[in-house]
Amino acid sequence: MDFLLIHLLNSLLFASVLFLTAGGLSLIYGVMRIVNLAHGNLYAFGAYVTAWAIGGVLAGAPTPLLYLLLPAGAVAAALLGAALEPTLLRPFYKRAEEYQLLVTFGLLMILEDLMRLLWGPYPLSASALWENSGSVTISGNPYPNYNLVVIAIGLVAAVFLWAFVYKTKFGVVLRATSQDMRMASALGIDVNRVYVQAFTLGCFMAGLGGAMIVPRDSAVLGMGVDALVLAFIVVVIGGLGSLEGALAGALIVGVVRELGITFFAEIELAVLYLIAVLVLLARPAGLFGRP
Amino acid sequence: MSVSPLALAARSPRRTLLYALPVIAVLLVLPWVADQYSTILLAYGLVMAIAALGFNLLLVYTGLLSFGHSAYFGVGAYAVAMMVKYLKVSSMELFVVGAIVASAAVSALFGFVCVRYTRIFFSILTLALSQVLWSLAFKFFWITGGTDGLRVPTPSLLGVTPGGDKIAFLARGYYYYVLVLFLACAAVMWVIVNSPFGKALQAIRDNETRASFVGVQIWRCRWVAFVVSGVFTGLAGALWVPLNGLTTPDILHWQFSGEIVFMTVLGGFRTFAGPIVGAVVFNYLKTYAVGYTVYWQLLLGVILVTLVLSLPTGIVGMVERLTERVRRRRATAS
Repeated sequence: MDFLLIHLLNSLLFASVLFLTAGGLSLIYGVMRIVNLAHGNLYAFGAYVTAWAIGGVLAGAPTPLLYLLLPAGAVAAALLGAALEPTLLRPFYKRAEEYQLLVTFGLLMILEDLMRLLWGPYPLSASALWENSGSVTISGNPYPNYNLVVIAIGLVAAVFLWAFVYKTKFGVVLRATSQDMRMASALGIDVNRVYVQAFTLGCFMAGLGGAMIVPRDSAVLGMGVDALVLAFIVVVIGGLGSLEGALAGALIVGVVRELGITFFAEIELAVLYLIAVLVLLARPAGLFGRP
Repeated sequence: MSVSPLALAARSPRRTLLYALPVIAVLLVLPWVADQYSTILLAYGLVMAIAALGFNLLLVYTGLLSFGHSAYFGVGAYAVAMMVKYLKVSSMELFVVGAIVASAAVSALFGFVCVRYTRIFFSILTLALSQVLWSLAFKFFWITGGTDGLRVPTPSLLGVTPGGDKIAFLARGYYYYVLVLFLACAAVMWVIVNSPFGKALQAIRDNETRASFVGVQIWRCRWVAFVVSGVFTGLAGALWVPLNGLTTPDILHWQFSGEIVFMTVLGGFRTFAGPIVGAVVFNYLKTYAVGYTVYWQLLLGVILVTLVLSLPTGIVGMVERLTERVRRRRATAS
C-alpha cells in the first residue's frame, strides 16, 4: 500500500511539471492558434535561470531565501515571452500555419544555442535546495520533501489558473478572444494586448515548470526538446487549447510514465505515443478539446 | 494556402528538359573537375534532395506539413544497417529494395493514422509517431546500437565490390550511383505531380469539399501520397548510410524532420525544383556552419527566421521573380 503511495506521489510530481508546460502550450494555442515549437526551450530557459540563481550566484544562502529565488526562472521566461511575441510572432498570425511552425522552429534552434552560449555545455545544478529540504519517511523509505513541494506548487498553480481564467475579468477577455478573435476585437478588446498577455502567461507557466524541476534534476542542453515532445503528448490526449485537458492529460501521462519507469522502461515513450494515437483515433479533438 | 499559379503551372516536358539538361551535364562532369571532398558533399546534397522531393509532395501538392519525415529516412537507413548486421547483405541494390519495402510498410501504417487529420493535428501526429521510432532505436540498444548506432561498410554496386580507397569510391562510383537514382526520382516525381493523381491531390488541397463532389477519393489519395512521400524519403535514407558509414538515432529525431522542412523552405516549396536546390544549398550551409562555429544551430536558426520573414518563396521563388522582372523590363523596352 505504501509502495503504491510512493508511486502515486511520483506520478503527481511528473504530472505537476507536465501540467505547467503543457498547460502553457495549450493556453497559447487556445488563444492565439499558434503551436509554439520553442515552448520547450522556454521551459529549459526557466530551469537554467533558476539553476544559475540558486546554484551559482547565491549558492550557500539559507534555504528559505533559495525558495524565494525559485520563481526567478518563471519570471525570466515570462519576460522573454513578452519580448518575443510582438517582435517575432506577430507578423505571422495572418500567414499560413506552415510559416508559424517554421518561425518557432527557427526560434527553437536559436534559443537552444543561446543557452549553450550563456551557460556552457555542462549541466547546471541547483541541488542545494533539494538536499537542504530533507525528507519524510514513508513506510521506512525516505521520500524527499522537495518532491512534495513541487506537487503542492503544481496544485496551487492549477487552482490559481482556474480562478484566473474563470473568475477574473481578464479571464473573460481571454476566453472571448479565444472563441472569436474578430468579434472580441469588434467589441473593443485590444487583441494585440491579449495576445502578449496570453503568450507571457504561457511562457511563465513553462518557465515555472522548468524552475520547479531543476533542483531535483539539473538543467541540461536538450531538456527543452524532450519536454516539448512530452507536452505534445499531454495536449494531444487532453485536447489542444483546453486547460482542463492539459490537467487530465498531465495526470494520465504522469501515471503512465511512473508505471513505465517501474515496469516497462524500454518502451515507456512508445507506450505514451501509442496512447496519444489511440485517443486521437477515438476522439480527434482530444478528451476535452473542442472539435 | 495560396499558391501562385505561375509557379505550379505544369511546364511542357520540352521546356523542363531545356532547363534540366545543363544542370545534369554539370552534375555529370563535376567529379572530374572538383575535388573529392566537394563531390562527396554534393552527393549528400543529392541524397537529401530525394528526401525533400518526397516531403514536398505532401507539403505543396497535398497541403500537409509533416514534422515526422525523419521516421521514413531513419527506417530506410536502419533497414540497410539491419540487413548488414543480421543478413550479411552487401549489395546496394538489395539495400535499396529493402529500404523501399521497409519505408513503404512504415509509412503505410503511419499514414493510415495521420491522413485522417489535416493542418496542425497532422503535423503533431506525424511528429509524435516519428518519436516512437526514435525512442525505440534509442532504447533497444542491443538491436540498434543505441546512441553508438550501427556501422555500415561500403556496399557493392551492381555486383562489383569496390576495392581500395573508400573516399575515392564515394567520390566516383557511389556519386554516380546516387546521381542516377536522384535523376530517376526527380523524373518519377515530375510524372506523379503532373499526372491525374497529382492533379487530384492539388484539387484536394485547394478545396476538399469540391474535390469530393467531383468524385476524388480524398482519404485514399492522401494516403497514397503519404506512402509515396515516405518511400522517397526512405530511399534517401538508404543512400545516405553508405556515405555516412554509420546510422544513429539522431536521424530519427524530430529535429531532423525540422531540417527537411527547413531545406524545402530554403529552396522554395512552391516550385518543383525548390526542394532540390534547397537540399543541396542547406547541406553546404550546414557543413560550413558546423565547421565554422559550435553555435551553428544559432546561425541556422537566424537564417531560417530571416528567410520566413523576408523570403517566403525561397531561393527558387526569388530567382523566378527576378527573371520575371528582367523579362518584363525587356518586353517594355522593345
